[in-house]
Amino acid sequence: MKKHNCIKNIFRTGAISSEFIGNAIAKHQSKTTIGAHQIFLGQVRADEIEGKKVSAIAYTAYEEMANAKMHEIRETTFSKYNLTCMHIYHSLGTVKAGEICLFVFVSSPRRKECFKAIEFVVEEIKKEVAIFGKEIFEDQTHQWKVNS
Amino acid sequence: MLSEITQCPEETYVFTQTKVSDLLEELFEKYPLLKEKNFQVAQNCKIINAESIIKETEIALLPPFAGG
Repeated sequence: MKKHNCIKNIFRTGAISSEFIGNAIAKHQSKTTIGAHQIFLGQVRADEIEGKKVSAIAYTAYEEMANAKMHEIRETTFSKYNLTCMHIYHSLGTVKAGEICLFVFVSSPRRKECFKAIEFVVEEIKKEVAIFGKEIFEDQTHQWKVNS
Repeated sequence: MLSEITQCPEETYVFTQTKVSDLLEELFEKYPLLKEKNFQVAQNCKIINAESIIKETEIALLPPFAGG
């Protein structure tokens, strides 16, 4: 049975709240074949660059391409690892330093698959998905973020 | 990032049998500052290279990714 064949929209406006993350965990209590969850949260860092501090990141995306790529990554991950389910959300718009901009949630009967899968998914998102970030400094100037 | 240079989000060009490199040449002439930027080109949501032929479709210039 293929449960993951339609293209989902991973984007949410603004920061991802701890309530949203908590609810996502709670929703899995009925799925009792799951024995392990793994969660990755990306948080906006208040980097200091040439004496100026990042106060927020404004995210934009080429949404159609980003969602299509994310779908491909999802399919690859399901084929590589024995996962029960996978949920991915990324912010668009302004996310302040300290707030969450990426939420990846994978679940499996066994822990080892989760550990490997989450690393794979997060690295693929960073490298392959058309999301752009404008680092906004406290003085309202900005620079464009590049993933390392 | 790139639209800060072009001051517009999109433009329409009419070509026949044009390669990506030809389009870039045209864009660089119009927007010399683009030359200093690092970006990839996508056609119909797929990354393509300089030798690819442009079809009647949407071409996107993608600055470096910064998700997560």
